[in-house]
Amino acid sequence: MPDGVGRPLLKVNNVYVSFGALQALLGVSLEIYPGEIFAIIGPNGAGKTTLINVISGVYHPSPGEVFFEGKERTFMPPHHVAALGIARTFQNVALFKGMTTLDNLMVGRHLQMRSGLFASGVYWGWGQKEEIAHRKVVEDVIDFLEIEAIRKAPAGMLPYGLQKRVELGRALAAEPKLLLLDEPMAGMNLEEKEDIARFILDANEERGTTICLIEHDMGVVMDISDRILVLDYGRKIAEGAPEEIRSNPEVIKAYLGAHGKK
Amino acid sequence: MSETLLFALELTISGLLVGLMYSLVALGFVLIYKASGVFNFAQGDMTFLAALALASFVVKIPLWISLIVVLAIMLILAMAVERIVLKPLVARPPLVLFMATIGVAFFLQGLAQGIWGTQPRGLELGLADQTYDVAGMFISNMDILGAVVAGILLIALVWFFQKTKTGRALRAVSDDHEAALAVGIPLRKAWGITWAIAGIVAIVAGALWGSRVGVQASLALLALKALPVLIIGGIDSIPGAILGGLIIGAAENLAEGLIGPAVGGGIKNFFPYLLALIVLAVRPYGLFGREIIERV
Amino acid sequence: MFYRETGVLKTTYAKDMELFPIPLDKAGFVVVMVLAFFVIPLVSSHYMLVSIFIPFLVFSLAALGLNILTGYAGQLSLGHAGFMAVGAYATVVMYNRYDVPIPVALLGSGLITAAVGSVFGLPSLRIKGFYLAVSTLAAQLIIEWVITHVKWISGGVYSTIDIRALEFMGWQIDTAAEKYQFALIFVVIMAFFAKNVVRSRIGRAWMSIRDMDVASEIIGISQFKYKMLAFAVSSFYAGVAGGLLVAFYYGSANIEEFHLLVSFQILGMVIIGGMGSVLGSFLGAGFIVLLPIFINLTISFVNHRIVDLSKVFTLDLIANVENMIFGALIIFFLAVEPFGLARLWNTIKDYLRLWPFPY
Repeated sequence: MPDGVGRPLLKVNNVYVSFGALQALLGVSLEIYPGEIFAIIGPNGAGKTTLINVISGVYHPSPGEVFFEGKERTFMPPHHVAALGIARTFQNVALFKGMTTLDNLMVGRHLQMRSGLFASGVYWGWGQKEEIAHRKVVEDVIDFLEIEAIRKAPAGMLPYGLQKRVELGRALAAEPKLLLLDEPMAGMNLEEKEDIARFILDANEERGTTICLIEHDMGVVMDISDRILVLDYGRKIAEGAPEEIRSNPEVIKAYLGAHGKK
Repeated sequence: MSETLLFALELTISGLLVGLMYSLVALGFVLIYKASGVFNFAQGDMTFLAALALASFVVKIPLWISLIVVLAIMLILAMAVERIVLKPLVARPPLVLFMATIGVAFFLQGLAQGIWGTQPRGLELGLADQTYDVAGMFISNMDILGAVVAGILLIALVWFFQKTKTGRALRAVSDDHEAALAVGIPLRKAWGITWAIAGIVAIVAGALWGSRVGVQASLALLALKALPVLIIGGIDSIPGAILGGLIIGAAENLAEGLIGPAVGGGIKNFFPYLLALIVLAVRPYGLFGREIIERV
Repeated sequence: MFYRETGVLKTTYAKDMELFPIPLDKAGFVVVMVLAFFVIPLVSSHYMLVSIFIPFLVFSLAALGLNILTGYAGQLSLGHAGFMAVGAYATVVMYNRYDVPIPVALLGSGLITAAVGSVFGLPSLRIKGFYLAVSTLAAQLIIEWVITHVKWISGGVYSTIDIRALEFMGWQIDTAAEKYQFALIFVVIMAFFAKNVVRSRIGRAWMSIRDMDVASEIIGISQFKYKMLAFAVSSFYAGVAGGLLVAFYYGSANIEEFHLLVSFQILGMVIIGGMGSVLGSFLGAGFIVLLPIFINLTISFVNHRIVDLSKVFTLDLIANVENMIFGALIIFFLAVEPFGLARLWNTIKDYLRLWPFPY
């Protein structure tokens, strides 16, 4: 996949975020190019989730800038960010627990649909056609993730591993240009991790989705990522291809240091 | 002093004294909210039940025995609520718990009136109503008694939460349920104690309110005034409840006295809510409440 | 044994997404509609229509309105009786003074109420749960005050205006049966509309706000827009229900009938019937309308057949048993069956679906 070639899809420029006295991000910059799988790694508390939150508009940096497809959107509220074509999953599963798997994925289609109150309420003609058309898109995602059997099960009743998968499906259903995954494999066993890794690679290759993920499992990250960014105490300490990261002395120090303290 | 200014001052002082009553009811809400995260809509009906029970006992037996009996009733009630309502609903969304306390409110109102009757009652605490002329303003001795008792109760509560072991444990529970469990404070016991304290607050509020305005079902509705008090003071702040009550008491009295005649009166009922809406627009977590930062 | 489907046999998404995917359900619905429209008004006594069926219909609509807000969008309102009052007075004023045809007056009242409801829903953008409860309680009290104090609306001290004889395009709506049928048309159409809304794009947006607002925002759902929409639609339903209540049940608009307690009753209907269920709104309303009648029947039955209750319990206790049961039911349903009567109904259906071979 392209490495530093062409125009970046997302550009984060010198971003600072602080919560009171706590400095979460200190001048982090990054560029993500169309079609790549970009990983953010780092010890606990390094600011990875904060960075994702800045990209998806939950937090706004001060100072710092965020560009998407060349346009500045630093202070956009999250629901406008979503409309640009950015979808994400959460570290702690954030499914709509009272809704079925199918409805969760259909919510993912929200921005692609147009029906207002009356088209929905009458449910005849155009409004119905739209529902069916989008149901088809969602069913493709359901096939892709192999979750046909739980289509009509309430999401809150599903086991953890499946919930993570449904959440991935909800993000994929939006057909985003950029997909942010916050620890998509946390708490999974080896088999489940392999499934998710396969889905991520397939989504990237077959659907052409650009992916930015946070993950703790180094093996997986090294295997599937095109480029990796390493954060430590809110600073970028390294960025590059997996081989470069593996041998970077700063990175080794940060990880050994963090583990050494335990 | 000009006539209007004196009138305004008189309105303010009588309003502050009523406001202290609001503070007392609001305090019951805050205590339960702090310890269990439950917004107890039934606090007003607990106050009504306590007042009604006291009013019906006090005509037959001496005041101090009546108080002990009512205390026993409130303690049993606290235990029952913990056992029957809170325990099955643990870990459910706050909205559900809130709605459950609306159920408790209806049940208690039915129970209180079912046992002691629907007729309005007077509540005699054995104190003749007298008014004193203080610098041209009239102040009743009931108001002064109310202020003194409320003051004592507030000091006692602050002392309990700051100085005693149980009180500190309860504060720990309010700050972090899981941490409290980790250091060995049984959550359910803490909830039971908190509801019992809220019951005691209800007795004091009920006795004072009841002796001022009589005991009837509308007492529970009057207690709804505590809700805007909470919005203004912040739902998790004891000083906020007290100051909020005073602000509301004075403000509604001033509004009724000064603006009321121009618009046909009756604005006292909703003015506190209007004030609360304004505060909500400016400071959604109240003047003294903690802002909650949501983690993603 | 006929009430079943064997596995997933739907061949198109359209079929799978039908309102009644099981043929017998569809037939059952047609039967219920025929019963409701033609048989009930024929066979019911005046008493049954006036004190059971008409209030049942009107309160179902009100409960449905609150259910949209609370059960689907997750926003609490304690001011729905106030919203109904807005609709009630708007209907009377439009119909009495401006000769607006009654269906138009009802829908117009709904729109006015929607506007009022949206104003009091505004704080929902920044506050949640019981904070919002206080804001809607403010709505209740402010509406009560405005209606009683603005003479143009309420027409005087007692705030009571009679609605003039009902007539629509030459049709004199004067018998109980006609009033019932007229109300039924409104309720059925609005129930269908609500059911369709909650099962498609808008309804999913509401439920996503209810279940996890942060995730919903990040998917691209504007919390402001959809919360406002929920308040508007919910108040619209409350407003029309208020109008129906005056036009077809009480015959006059009286602020006393829209007291705060009515707001709680409607909330009770939603909780007992089932939050997040259109059917539940009807079951809950039916339950609460029938509850006092049922209690009275039980008491008089026991009095006559078993033991004179006034010798065992005080009259006060008997008079207050309704409040106690209402409160206890709210707690019971929240704790034991949070999806209310609607869930019980579905459980029975699921059982029937497999009967007589439950394996």
